[in-house]
Amino acid sequence: MLQFIARRTGIMILTALCLTFVVFFLTNLYPNLEKLAKTQGNFRMSEEQVQTWLDNRGYTRNVFVKYGEWLGVVPGYVIEGSDGETRARCARKGTAVEDAPKYCGILQGDWGYSTVSKDNAGPLLWNRLKLTGFLMMWALIITVPVALILGIFAGMKEGSKTDRSVSTFSILSSATPEYVSGVVLIAIFASSAVGLKWVKGSAAQAMTAPDLSNFTLPVLTIALFNIGYIARMTRASMAEVMTAQYIRTARLKGVSFWGVVFKHALRNALIAPFTIIILQIPYLLTGVVITETLFNYKGIGWQLVQAAGNNDIEMLLGVSVISVIIVLVTQLISDIGYVYLNPRIRLN
Amino acid sequence: MEPLSWGGVIFGVLGQFTPVWIALFLTFAVSIYFKANLGLYGKLFDSIIGMIGFFLVMFWIYTGLFTAIFDLISTHDPLAQIPQMKNKVPGWALPEARVEQGLYPHYLLGGDNLGRDVFSRMVKGSWVVIQIAPLAALFAYMVGITLGLPAGYYGGRFDTVLSFLANLILAFPVILLFYLLVTPEIVLTGIPAYMAAVLFVFPLLFVGILLNSKFVTRPEIRTPLLIGVLGVGFWLYASLVSEAGRGTFVDFFPAWLDLFNVPGGVLVVFVSVVFVNSPTIFRIVRGLTLDVKSRDYVSAAQTRGESPWYIMLWEILPNVRGPLIVDFCLRIGYTTILLGTLGFFGLGLPPESPDWGSTINDGRRLLSVYLHPPLAPALALLSLVLGLNLLADGLREESLKD
Repeated sequence: MLQFIARRTGIMILTALCLTFVVFFLTNLYPNLEKLAKTQGNFRMSEEQVQTWLDNRGYTRNVFVKYGEWLGVVPGYVIEGSDGETRARCARKGTAVEDAPKYCGILQGDWGYSTVSKDNAGPLLWNRLKLTGFLMMWALIITVPVALILGIFAGMKEGSKTDRSVSTFSILSSATPEYVSGVVLIAIFASSAVGLKWVKGSAAQAMTAPDLSNFTLPVLTIALFNIGYIARMTRASMAEVMTAQYIRTARLKGVSFWGVVFKHALRNALIAPFTIIILQIPYLLTGVVITETLFNYKGIGWQLVQAAGNNDIEMLLGVSVISVIIVLVTQLISDIGYVYLNPRIRLN
Repeated sequence: MEPLSWGGVIFGVLGQFTPVWIALFLTFAVSIYFKANLGLYGKLFDSIIGMIGFFLVMFWIYTGLFTAIFDLISTHDPLAQIPQMKNKVPGWALPEARVEQGLYPHYLLGGDNLGRDVFSRMVKGSWVVIQIAPLAALFAYMVGITLGLPAGYYGGRFDTVLSFLANLILAFPVILLFYLLVTPEIVLTGIPAYMAAVLFVFPLLFVGILLNSKFVTRPEIRTPLLIGVLGVGFWLYASLVSEAGRGTFVDFFPAWLDLFNVPGGVLVVFVSVVFVNSPTIFRIVRGLTLDVKSRDYVSAAQTRGESPWYIMLWEILPNVRGPLIVDFCLRIGYTTILLGTLGFFGLGLPPESPDWGSTINDGRRLLSVYLHPPLAPALALLSLVLGLNLLADGLREESLKD
C-alpha cells in the first residue's frame, strides 16, 4: 500500500510539473507578453518600448530559467533596467532590492504577484479558494444525498414507475449544462419581469453574507447537473447488485425486501458511486467556473476567467496549481478508497 | 401591425418549421417501413426513448441543413439590427417601414439587446453546432482509435507514455485549456495551426492503415485504392490546414488548389474541441482493447499469421463497436456543451456569431429583466443534448438485446 501511494505521489508531482510548465510556456509566449506589457504599461507603446518594458522586468529571458524562478529552484532575477531602476523578482512593493530574499518561488511558499490586482497572489488565492470551497461544499451536501437516494430507489426495482421517473429526471438534468440551467433557474425564480422573484439572480452578496436568497441558485445550478449523473450511476450499480445471487438467496431465506436492501445490497451498491462522486469533483470545477461567472461570485473560477482574460501570469499559474492538485488528489483518494471498500481488489 | 398573441407566436414558430416537419415525417415513415432490413438503425424504432432522441436530433440536423443550404426557416437576417426592436417581447411587430421592405412582419421570439431577431439567431445557431460537433467528435475518434488500439494491444512503454500524456491533458480543467488555446494572442503564435496539422493527420493515417491492412495481400487492388483515397484525403487535409496556418510553415499549399476556406475562428475552436475529447476516447478504446485482446478470435487471427494492424482494425475494432457507437452519441452531446461553453466565455467564435453559447452569453447581462434572448438558445441547446443522450440510451438498450 505504502509503495502504491509513493508511486502515485511521484506520478502526481511529475504531472503537476508538466502541467504548470505547459501553462507557463503558453502564458509566456511573446504575443501574450506583449499584451501584458500593453495593459500594464500603456496601450500606445511602440514595439521597442514593449521590448524594453519586458527586458527590464525579466520577461524576455529563457523560459526554463523563468520557470525555475517561479518554482523557487533558481535565484530570482535582479536586473538593472535601461531606465536606471533596479528591479528584483523577490522585491515586492515596500521591500528594498537589497533586502529581498534570494529565492522566491512556489517552494518557498511565494505564489507570485498578481499584475491585475497589484497584490501578492497567495493571500488573494486563499480567499478565493475559501469562497469556492464553501460553494462546492454546499453543492456536494445537496448533490450526494439526493443523488444516492434517487439512484437507490430507482435501482431497487428496475422498470418500476419510480425508476422511470428518476431516469427521465436524471437524463434531463445531465443534458443541462450549468449555463443553461443557470439561465433557466434565474428565469423561473429570480427574474424581475415575469418570474417568481423568490431569490436573487446574483450571488455577489453571498461572498460576505451568504443566505438562502442569494446562495440557493448557484448551489442548485451546480447540484442539478451532477445529481443526474451520480443518480444514473447509482441506479445502474444498484440494479446490478439487486440481480446478484446473494440477494436472491437472502430473499429466499425469508429476509424482508427492505432488510435485503439495507443489509445486503446497499454496501455493495455504493462502491461504484463512491468512486464516481470523488472523480466528479474535478468536473465540478468546470461547473464552478461557469456558475461563478454567471452569478458573479468571486471564487477560484471567477478568478480563473479574470486571470486568463488579462494574462495575469502568476495568478493563472496559481489557479492551475490549485486545480491540478484538486484533480490529482481526488484521483488518488478514489483509488485508495476503492481498494478499501472493495475487498475483491488487492494491490500487487 | 398588431403584436402577436401567445397562440400566434406558437403557431408562427411551428409554421416556420414546416420543411423540417415534412422531412422528419418522411424520414420516420421510410425508416419504420423498412426497419426490418436496417440493422441497428432499424431497431432504434422499436424503442420509444430511442425514437424521441432520434426525433430531437434529426429536428436540429434538418433545421441546420435547411437554414444553411436553402435559407429556409429563419425569418430575418441573424445579424441585422432594427433599433426599434431592442429587447421587445416575443411576437412584437416590426415598424411599418420595415414591413413594407418585404421583411417578415414579426419577431417571433422577440428581439435581443441589439434589436436582432432571437428566433432567426437560434435557428442559424443550430448550423454552427451541426457543422462542428459531429465532425469534431469523429476526428477525436480517429485520433483516439489510432492511438488507443496499439496502446492496448501492445502495452509496454508505448502505452505508458501515451497514457501519461492522456492523463496529463485530462488533468487540465477544460476551461483553462480553452483560455490558453483559443485566445487571439495564441492564434498569432500559430500553435493551433501546428496542432491542427498534427491532429488532422490521424484520419488520413487511420484510413490508410485500415485499407492497407485489409488489402495488403492483393496489391493490384490496394495500390490504386490507396493512391486514390490518400490523394483525395491529402488534398482535403492540405486545404483544411493551410488556411489555419497563414504565415507559418503549415501554409505550404498554393491558393489555387485550396478547395475551401474554413473561417479562422471556427478552425481554432474545432482543433481545441478535438484536442480536449481525444484523450477520453483514447482511454475508452484502450480499455476495450485490453478487455478483448485475449479472446479466442484474436488468438485465431494471430495463429493465421495476420498482421497486428489487421487484427486491431478488422478483428478487435468491429467487436467493440457497440460501446463506441453509444459513446459517440454522448460525445457529440458533450461537444455541443463544450461549444456552448466556449461561446459562453466569448472564446473563439466572433462575438456577433449566432451560435447558442455566444447568444446565451450576450443575453445573460440583462437576464433578470429580459428573459427571452438567452432562454431560446438555452432551450435549443438543452433539447439537442437531451436528444443525443436519449438516442445513446436507445441504442444501448437495443444493442444489449442481441
